[in-house]
Amino acid sequence: MKITVAGEKKEVADGLTVAALIEQEKVETPQYVTVSINEEFLESGTFESTVLKEGDEVEFLYFMGGGR
Amino acid sequence: MKITIKRSDFNSIYEHAISVAPEEACGLIAGTDNEDGSRDIQKVYILTNIDHTNEHFTIDPKDQLKTIKEMRENGLKPLGNWHSHPESPSRPSEEDKRLANDSKASYLILSLMEEGNPVLNAFHVETIDGEKTVRKEELIIKEDE
Repeated sequence: MKITVAGEKKEVADGLTVAALIEQEKVETPQYVTVSINEEFLESGTFESTVLKEGDEVEFLYFMGGGR
Repeated sequence: MKITIKRSDFNSIYEHAISVAPEEACGLIAGTDNEDGSRDIQKVYILTNIDHTNEHFTIDPKDQLKTIKEMRENGLKPLGNWHSHPESPSRPSEEDKRLANDSKASYLILSLMEEGNPVLNAFHVETIDGEKTVRKEELIIKEDE
């Protein structure tokens, strides 16, 4: 199936989970990554159980924050 | 790494940071990566610090997502973020380092601690052997064409 990851169209296996996509994409420090699918943010802890669908648009976002 | 920012973009973030001080100001940067390994910031985005304090900043992930999509629509790449230190130097604090987890990002810090003399530096932060390692990037403020 075709999905879009960080703005790039990709062909991936049917039934791919978000956790598997994170591994496939070699996402750095995934424990600090927030995932959105079609502009909806996933709850943390649901990456293993969330199965991607044809046409999904996935973004990996790093928390952007800091302090003095 | 060499990274450039336009004078007008520098002025934009400085003016905004002054206007919201003593709260920390923040936003994202977008542009292009060049073949020689340098990068050019072509647009700065001023976003809301949802913490509204002088001690911390957080960018709302919804704002972040919307801005990243806008960058792509304009043919630009997300290059990192910027934030101000109203009362401290232009270097990553321990909290900045703890929360810097994207080794592809440039982290820009604008210090306002000396009135009338803003200092902007760019940093690369990477975790090596479990330790956060900070490297200063060569930031060049380019006069607008």
